[in-house]
Amino acid sequence: MSAAKWRRAMNSGLQSAPLRGVPGAVAAAANAAPAVDPYADSDAPRWLKFLWRTLAPRHVFVLAFVLLLPFVASPFITYQVAAQSLIFGLIALSLSFLAGYGGMVSLAQFTVAGMAGYAVAVLGASGTATSLGWPWGVVVPLAVVVAVIGSTLIGWLSVRTDGIYTIMITLAIGVAFYYLVLQNYTIFNGFQGFQKVYPPVVFGVNWRDPLPFYFLCLACAMAGYFSIQWLVRTPFGIALQGTRDNARRMNALGYNVTAHRVAAYAVSGVLAGVGGVLLVWYNGLITPGSVGTGWLINLLVIAVLGGMKHPIGAFLGAIVFVLLQTFAIDLIDRERFNLVIGGVFLAIVLFSPDGLLGLWAKLRMRFGPSQVVTSPSTSTTRRQA
Amino acid sequence: MKINKRIWVQTMIGAAALAAISGSAFAQGAPIKIGLLATLEGPFAAGGADGMRGADLAVKQRGGEVAGRKIEIIKASSNANPDVAVNSARKLVEQDKVDIMVGPLSGGEGIAIKDYSKTQPQTTFINGGSGAQATTLVNPSPNFFRFNTEGAQWMVGLGKAAMDKGYKRVMIIAEDYAFPYSQVQGFMSEYCRLGGKVPVKAWVPLGGKDYSSVIAKIPNDVDALLVVLGGADAVNFLTQYENSGGDKPMLGGSITVSQDVLNYKGKRRDSLVGTISAGPVADNFDGADWKAFVADYQKTYPVSAGGFPSPSLFAFVYYVNMKAALDGLAAVNGDLSGGQAKYREALSKMVLKTPTGEVRLDGNRQAIGTTFVTEVVKDGQGNLSTKVARKVDNIDQLLGMKKEDFQMGSRDVPACP
Repeated sequence: MSAAKWRRAMNSGLQSAPLRGVPGAVAAAANAAPAVDPYADSDAPRWLKFLWRTLAPRHVFVLAFVLLLPFVASPFITYQVAAQSLIFGLIALSLSFLAGYGGMVSLAQFTVAGMAGYAVAVLGASGTATSLGWPWGVVVPLAVVVAVIGSTLIGWLSVRTDGIYTIMITLAIGVAFYYLVLQNYTIFNGFQGFQKVYPPVVFGVNWRDPLPFYFLCLACAMAGYFSIQWLVRTPFGIALQGTRDNARRMNALGYNVTAHRVAAYAVSGVLAGVGGVLLVWYNGLITPGSVGTGWLINLLVIAVLGGMKHPIGAFLGAIVFVLLQTFAIDLIDRERFNLVIGGVFLAIVLFSPDGLLGLWAKLRMRFGPSQVVTSPSTSTTRRQA
Repeated sequence: MKINKRIWVQTMIGAAALAAISGSAFAQGAPIKIGLLATLEGPFAAGGADGMRGADLAVKQRGGEVAGRKIEIIKASSNANPDVAVNSARKLVEQDKVDIMVGPLSGGEGIAIKDYSKTQPQTTFINGGSGAQATTLVNPSPNFFRFNTEGAQWMVGLGKAAMDKGYKRVMIIAEDYAFPYSQVQGFMSEYCRLGGKVPVKAWVPLGGKDYSSVIAKIPNDVDALLVVLGGADAVNFLTQYENSGGDKPMLGGSITVSQDVLNYKGKRRDSLVGTISAGPVADNFDGADWKAFVADYQKTYPVSAGGFPSPSLFAFVYYVNMKAALDGLAAVNGDLSGGQAKYREALSKMVLKTPTGEVRLDGNRQAIGTTFVTEVVKDGQGNLSTKVARKVDNIDQLLGMKKEDFQMGSRDVPACP
């Protein structure tokens, strides 16, 4: 979104108000209007008051759904649909954080996830003789560190560019990484990559089983979601959004724009790194095909599909993407199921430029109870949340 | 509509499973579900589609039912990446609850599916077209069967044919993954034993577009090139080699001269005429079963409906594997009870009649079968096809070697520079 459009949106509460309807959104009421806190006088502990203020029925609903789902659904749904959606959602979140709050569309986020995945395969145990076989307690933190370093370097290279040039340079990095792992045999084992990269057995639980693996993914995804929710309301997050809207003005105010942007890349590296570790465990293998150009684009599709204005969009996009990937071939019993996938993506983006989030907001605007338009400052904060 | 049907089917399966647990037998006449996985996307899309045609043909020949039970085929697609293949197989096995799973197509996928099959002991896995040695040679899975011979077995006889043609030194250009490793091992173990030399091996990435650096590396003193590339890669290489003025005679890998490559549109393909190669099929083989198979294929899938003039290697191997699945079902009268124990027993003991002769399984559930050494010829209508030069029967996975002498193919093994 251009700075001019952004300013318009800020000044018109109407446009942004419906976004309160986004499921799972923790309204930023505390930040916005402390004066109208109806629970200020009660004796309850602070965290309880905070919860009471911010929780809406839909939050309880979604939480109950994700917690109960694996006990109702088949192991297949739990593992392949739900866990895979959470993993892709987490990686897509790293992109929608960069793009939505930092204004930087990076195509290399899947590459960052792939770096973490390859780190797990190379340093940990696998079916390939060249793996080092270190214990998981060392490997997993190292893999995330590798991803953060990789992401920071990518950011450091690309933050001086804008718009289409950022996309070009990150795409180039992604493709270069693909060819590196494809053609290097001493470390990355070339085309065949690494097989049998499984999650460890810890506390007597085999984390490869659908149920434990689902909850592992859920915990990581929720941690990622809430830390982004929290981060964008910290001074750093606000400053980052400032650099997105008007970098020059932020510079004049004394902020180091480049540093903020590189830091945003580092944060997104943590999310993508954790997602990458989960992804390699999910697949049980990693090959150059796992970090190919197709996946770089797919991740952008997921993020755009869901909508980049709120962290939940990444997960919504991932759910739709995984459902289509899995079941489209049943809808049309021919060799043309990719047409269905492409058609649905096209339809969503065509009818709602903000993805599923925008669609939801439109529906609420049309059918929902009429929204009370509050002061612009409140809605602005909500918009950011 | 379709979704409703799916839920309904799931409910029925659930009910059937409950009935089975409570001790009553499966109702006779309930359909048997077979999952079919091939590459409908990616570098082997044309081969994958023909593989599906081959498998469908085997079902059609049985009238769509075995022992009074209808055969229900559920298809899934991958793109030659092992992670996509496992995702698709997982959907077939765990979501669609197929009884038997046929696939996948390419080598790396085969190894991944074999590993996956160990976690799903209730389902019988039968290979589709994949031909990597390791699939059945290293850590074989008790419920994974392969009724097609694999990459190394397909190359038996080519080494001798090359020596007979007077090719003393050969350069190898092959894709860099498990299946071509097997093919090269099958060729070299025979060729090196007969005194041939392989000074250079060029391993190129799958899906590569630019072969100029490889072409520049071809030494002057080699007599021929062994090209083990598949699908679009083979066409790209041949075009570029021709354009650069190359004129070395060629030896082809099994999928380099399959129908899906031979019938690629383009003038350059004429340079393929005279290429010798080896593989499990030969278009002009004059066995009666083969001719019947080809005639049936041509009648069911005429060229106007997207079929090839003659069934490709992938159509053949998918046909053989699907036929094995159905013949096994017929042998046990559709009885899949007891964790499919009887069915697997029948598969292991079966002598399968294929269009190219009989196939038996060894202790690792790997086929022992026939290979053809062939030469590419052009017929009256301008179609390219392969003519049989020699037929080698009863090739086992160790290529007739002793277990101690046998070395699995890799980038550096075997070597005779």
